[in-house]
Amino acid sequence: MNWFRIKSILKLGGKSLWMHRLRSMLTTLGIIFGVCSVVAMLAIGEGASRQAQQQIERLGSTNLIINTVKPPDEQVASGTTSRMNEYGLTYTDAERFYATLPTAQVIVPLRQISQEAWYRNRKLAIEVIGTVPWYPEIASLHILRGRFLTAMDMNYQQAVCVVDRHLAKQLFVFDDPIGQDIKIKGDYYRVVGVVSAAAESAGPADQPVSSSSAAGGVAGRIYIPITTVKIRFGEIKIQMGGSGAQIEKVQLQQITVKVQSSDQVLVTREIISRLLSKFHKKQDYQIVVPLELLREAARTKRIFSIVLGSIAAISLLVGGIGIMNIMLATVNERTREIGIRRALGARKKDIIVQFLSETVLLTLMGGVLGIVLGSIIPYLVTYFGDMPTVITGSSLILAFGISGAIGIAFGLYPAYRAANMDPIESLRHE
Amino acid sequence: MSIVRTEKLGKSYQMGLVQLHALRDFDLTIEPGQYVAIMGPSGSGKSTLLNLLGCLDQPTTGRYFLGDEDVSQMDDDQLSYIRGMKIGFIFQSYNLIAQLNVIENIEVPMFYQGIREKQSLRRARELAELVGLGERLTHRPTELSGGQQQRVAIARALGNDPLLLLADEPTGNLDTQSGTEILHILDLLHQRGKTLIVITHDPQVAARAQRVIHLLDGCIHHEENNGRQT
Ligand SMILES: Nc1ncnc2c1ncn2[C@@H]1O[C@H](COP(=O)(O)OP(=O)(O)OP(=O)(O)O)[C@@H](O)[C@H]1O
Ligand SMILES: [Mg+2]
Repeated sequence: MNWFRIKSILKLGGKSLWMHRLRSMLTTLGIIFGVCSVVAMLAIGEGASRQAQQQIERLGSTNLIINTVKPPDEQVASGTTSRMNEYGLTYTDAERFYATLPTAQVIVPLRQISQEAWYRNRKLAIEVIGTVPWYPEIASLHILRGRFLTAMDMNYQQAVCVVDRHLAKQLFVFDDPIGQDIKIKGDYYRVVGVVSAAAESAGPADQPVSSSSAAGGVAGRIYIPITTVKIRFGEIKIQMGGSGAQIEKVQLQQITVKVQSSDQVLVTREIISRLLSKFHKKQDYQIVVPLELLREAARTKRIFSIVLGSIAAISLLVGGIGIMNIMLATVNERTREIGIRRALGARKKDIIVQFLSETVLLTLMGGVLGIVLGSIIPYLVTYFGDMPTVITGSSLILAFGISGAIGIAFGLYPAYRAANMDPIESLRHE
Repeated sequence: MSIVRTEKLGKSYQMGLVQLHALRDFDLTIEPGQYVAIMGPSGSGKSTLLNLLGCLDQPTTGRYFLGDEDVSQMDDDQLSYIRGMKIGFIFQSYNLIAQLNVIENIEVPMFYQGIREKQSLRRARELAELVGLGERLTHRPTELSGGQQQRVAIARALGNDPLLLLADEPTGNLDTQSGTEILHILDLLHQRGKTLIVITHDPQVAARAQRVIHLLDGCIHHEENNGRQT
């Protein structure tokens, strides 16, 4: 089978399809929709798993994140003896984790306070993050300038801070941030480093702490030793509400536990859960396991795969049968031509190749149209459905391959019929 | 060595309980370069014979040698090869392929023998020239007269330089004028040494052949020899 033969066979197939353009178009609709669903399905599935992957990358697949959550209000109201509402994770919890979690590699307590930062005459709303020197091990921070917090800083409650890149840019503009002093709540903190979050290009949702505490319009984060935060800021927060002042006491907003490998995550979660429920009367914490996000994404992906996959399968099946039907009609119409070709030396094989390539040509054209349409749908899903979608090259190749395979599967029988017609009968056919 | 040699060739069809013998114990030998006409009433077995000689059909009994090959034992692929390579068909109703133009129609048998594009195109041009259609290479069959279409069919039959040309009523659909033109071309091919078998009802057509074989009920009734020089 040399190139000339392939070319002539395709030319011939193209010609006869072009002769019945409308019929060919209508016949391929099923293939078009089927391929379209395949492309959309793969794009949505890929988008979901990439999003999960990114989330996990940001949060760490071997991390367990325990957040403080405010317990339901009625429980607060019942404790009327004290106006003080004390809840959440404590330093004692963190210590217990150290003592009882054999699988834990790193434990990072974290305290978060919304504040204002001053530099010269500039003022910015910021988040103070009180944490430990090994915080970068769980949060994939890049140190751009200077250094992160050290054990010395923590042990001696130093008034030093590390700022994130965006904040540094806004606060210091042209000045070199290293060595400058930032004023927060009346105290000065010397800048020792500038960092950027590794995954920040992935989106603005780069929050290690539950997003409820992240007020809008926050310029960035300032990392300060947790010991320093404890003595300078205290743990009491007064909130002026409609019914009067509300006093809250929260020690830690978050504790992150990092284990060695991802298969230890679920066991560790179980231990943490037992430990906390023993010492916390109220449900004032929440355990987040990034690995479970992946499972969630897999679930979304599966649902879409089932729905779109069935649409695709049905369309392709119906489309394939339609194509087989049309090809049988074509074979019938061209009985005489088949007889002529057989008389002039065509083998059964040659006839099969001719009709099969015509069918495959038809389905491939349907496939191309389906791919074009199917590439538009994910954009609409992203735009209107606010869902990430990713069209990969391999999904397009797969869709193209499927349309070709449909052509072969449903073209074989008509081609076989054509090849096995008796040449004498065919020549007599009108 | 003869071109065609049949030994007790027979073809029968089972029609319900009755066996219909379309051809019976048929012995025929045709030497290279002979021009043979076959005549006979309708249903006498002329087309049946031609289909067997053209390897479109397999005999029920007997043997058939084309050149030095026993064709009666061949499988479908081998028969296809013989048809394409050693036989040239000329039909009463031309049987050109409507989607293809003149040159493409002539190329069809060469295409199935895997002849290269350049070579088959050159040969197709020569053959079109030979039958007097050098000016109409890109016309479609529907744009040609009957006589012209039959000339394309003759050119097509010559593509692989076959051993044997088979024509079933080649002038049956044509007026006298174009029929005569076709017969002139057949004469020309005969002069060039081609072996021809022509089925016809027309005595004037038969008169051009060297041998005229008359069939009746699937047997040779008698044979005339026109005595022309080979
Ligand atoms: N496929 C077939 N099935 C049954 N009988 C057949 C078949 N083909 C031919 N016959 C029979 O064989 C006999 C010879 O037929 P054939 O076509 O060879 O005649 P013919 O001489 O070519 O006639 P005509 O001049 O009308 O073309 C006829 O009786 C015909 O009915
Ligand atoms: Mg006949």
